[in-house]
Amino acid sequence: MTTATQPTATGSSGEGPDIQSSGLYSRQLPTYFPAALLVVCAAVASGAFFLLGAFHPVPVAAVTAIGYLVAVTTSSAVVENNRRAKDRLVTGVVYCCFAIAVVPLISLLSTVVVFGIERFDLYFLSVSMNGVIPSMDAGGVYHAIVGTLVITGLATVISVPIGLMTAVYVVEYGRGRLKQAITFFVDVMTGIPSIVAGLFVVALWIMVFGPGQTNGLAGAIALSVLMIPVVVRSSEEMLRLVPNELREAAYALGVPKWLTIVKVVLPTAVAGLTTGIILALARVIGETAPLILTAGMASTRINANPVEGDMMSLPVYIYKAVRDMGLSGEAGVYAEERAWAAALTLILVVMLLFLTARLVSRFLSPGKG
Amino acid sequence: MAKRIDVSDLNVYYGDFKAVEDVTMTVEPRSVTAFIGSSGCGKSTFLRTLNRMHEVTPGARVQGKVMLDNLDVYDHSVDPVSVRREIGMVFQRANPFPTMSIYDNVIAGAKLNNQRMSKSRSDEIVERSLRDANLWEEVKDRLNKPGAGLSGGQQQRLCIARATAVEPAVLLMDEPCSALDPISTLAIEDLIAKLKENYTIVIVTHNMQQAARVSDRTAFFNLAGTGQPGRLIEMGDTNKIFTKPDKKETENYITGRFG
Repeated sequence: MTTATQPTATGSSGEGPDIQSSGLYSRQLPTYFPAALLVVCAAVASGAFFLLGAFHPVPVAAVTAIGYLVAVTTSSAVVENNRRAKDRLVTGVVYCCFAIAVVPLISLLSTVVVFGIERFDLYFLSVSMNGVIPSMDAGGVYHAIVGTLVITGLATVISVPIGLMTAVYVVEYGRGRLKQAITFFVDVMTGIPSIVAGLFVVALWIMVFGPGQTNGLAGAIALSVLMIPVVVRSSEEMLRLVPNELREAAYALGVPKWLTIVKVVLPTAVAGLTTGIILALARVIGETAPLILTAGMASTRINANPVEGDMMSLPVYIYKAVRDMGLSGEAGVYAEERAWAAALTLILVVMLLFLTARLVSRFLSPGKG
Repeated sequence: MAKRIDVSDLNVYYGDFKAVEDVTMTVEPRSVTAFIGSSGCGKSTFLRTLNRMHEVTPGARVQGKVMLDNLDVYDHSVDPVSVRREIGMVFQRANPFPTMSIYDNVIAGAKLNNQRMSKSRSDEIVERSLRDANLWEEVKDRLNKPGAGLSGGQQQRLCIARATAVEPAVLLMDEPCSALDPISTLAIEDLIAKLKENYTIVIVTHNMQQAARVSDRTAFFNLAGTGQPGRLIEMGDTNKIFTKPDKKETENYITGRFG
């Protein structure tokens, strides 16, 4: 046992002990092997389908993926060892799942961009549909952008104070039954279907103003019913992330609890809070059903007054345009183009919001010097 | 401005659990008092009752009397917030406010309480507190940088500067060096020696050499048994506790026979 496993002497050449005989050695596939194998599989699969005269990207991708998984596992099992073979198989499966998850997203974005760009220009963004009859090659989305900004802006103004204060209560003050009840009802609220939120406001409006009243404020209230629970949940998480030590540090300096919350807890969490609020906003900006019920869908003119008559918004605009696609002749074509262009506008608005969220969280998060 | 603390028959509870039982002691002004004892014997809990930080924990309560000179800290009409302005605290883990610069961290006590003060006055407080904390030379050129960018030892000294900036009568320290290297520990021990000229200092430590080095008086806490409340076993001059303690338990702990 003492001498049998000694490596063969290579000390004279100065290369140290021989790795091959040390028992730690195993053969490895070169690092470029998976990429090269994937290229080969793709080439073989597409060539085969091409020869059969039935080339289509989806079956080619499927055959490539399966072929790659089989080939990489077997070659790894032969050249390397079982553990590495399993590792390579699972790695491959994970990449496949990722690709499957991303494909619809990319497909959706590219479709919207390709179809939307037809009509997406400064004219489309800067005019309303006032006086545009279906067969006219005119009209735009400006009134819907204004409506969306007014309605979601109002919804934010309503939801953020309520949501944030609820979260502060739950995290900092709440105890026992009341806290549990609030958490429970916030969870229930998260699950409210958006159309029900719309109906709730319709009922409220009938009670207050009489039947048939639709306006932007009603839409904003319907959206804030949907937005408040999201703001509460995300703010709660963010406030919980603030270390207790910071609160105690403030208390130990003789700072009252409310000042500690206002000046230590909220500023420390501000980046996360802002991100959460913007994500909640992005969640409700695409709501259609409650807005059709509450803000109406008859508006074609620019209306920035939330208490005066119908107010158009981007999702409702899209819905309306899609309904008009059934019109015969030019009218249907124009309606379809408007629907895609408005969809592109909405996606851009949401992307802008997400970008803002990322920038805000970067600039507001406490620095490290 | 240093004040004496008299504790009599103090029991500390977390809900129904009695964590500390029947403590009676006197903490002398302008001196350093060290609390030693094994983990979980209630020394930190007891320390937190002295400035009413204990009751921040839900369900925590206290029976007994804590006198700060002539003021009953637990009297009904006493506001815990004002008690904490008199009795400052430094924690085990350095906790500078991450949203604030070094400068703002030092004057956080005034700033968070919305106290208005002139720029020259706050400059003066910042420099004095940082000098007291032996940190001025290291940070004077970057006072506007975030406090979280300092090393662990510097952060802890920043927290001490923050605590002394509000000029409390008493300074409580809960294992202030347990997360620090020997050099930073030495810096903080020097600082404690300097601060005791003006403050009443109480320090909890697991390090018996540290207790022997920095303190004038030492209190030894121990558990009566598992699940039992912690008790004050013995308190006296540090020299006496470490050379010829009255109680066998203390001697066992000091000499490393357990704990």
